Amino acid sequence: MNLFVILAFGLMALTTLVGAFGVVTGRTMFASGLWLVLSFVGVAGLYVLLEAPFLAAAQVLIYAGAVAILILFAIMLTRRVMSETPGGQTNNQWAVAAFVAVMLFVVLLGAVNQNWQVSDKAPPPDVLTRLGEAFLGQYLLPFEIISVLLLAALVGSIIIARE
Amino acid sequence: MNSVPLNAYLVVAAALFCFGLYGSLTRRNAVGILMGVELMLNAVNINLVAFWRYLTPEHLGGQVFAVFIIALAAAEAAIGLALFIAIYRTRDTVNVEDINLMKW
Repeated sequence: MNLFVILAFGLMALTTLVGAFGVVTGRTMFASGLWLVLSFVGVAGLYVLLEAPFLAAAQVLIYAGAVAILILFAIMLTRRVMSETPGGQTNNQWAVAAFVAVMLFVVLLGAVNQNWQVSDKAPPPDVLTRLGEAFLGQYLLPFEIISVLLLAALVGSIIIARE
Repeated sequence: MNSVPLNAYLVVAAALFCFGLYGSLTRRNAVGILMGVELMLNAVNINLVAFWRYLTPEHLGGQVFAVFIIALAAAEAAIGLALFIAIYRTRDTVNVEDINLMKW
């Protein structure tokens, strides 16, 4: 059982990171978008391993389903210019950017490496019910505000994209 | 009972964040920059859920915050892509090196 969990974690982490590497190095934007789907699915697997099934389902539906399709649509609607541009998809600062990213990773490794006060408790068995009650109880105001924000974003994106 | 240590999740999230940062710094296509931002938001979400699971599994605040970030990321993607399509329609490009209308 333990070995299985560790193997599943390794597989999902590898899926996520290989997908992310494909996103930032893909030769065409369309390939990058497909790698992005792989990365999102890997993150959903990590949520399953973290015993957050609602978030895993939301990740697959919203990210791998909606956001990735939206991005692929945008790539295909704007694709004429970029595929044959000389100089490829990356700008001339890639060396500096890679240095910054690697240095940030080293700093984050240092910040992560400490003794966390890990709790031994398991999440409550009715976690889904309690999540719904939390949304409509303790977190009602932020929940309503994010609904209004989503509505505003929807209307705003229609108005902006209209000719 | 947790066979995978918390640090393993945090390291994966850190690596994912750095990939996203590299992507959004180097891409010339505006949609590619948005993809990098989405990767970074996913890394933050992994951190939130991992901290929830390992540190305070009896309080659901971590999961709730992750759901809010997913909703915000969806709104951000919709607005961003609408802006890119509007820019593409008027200026015929989504290359950020050519979109220098507001550059000082």
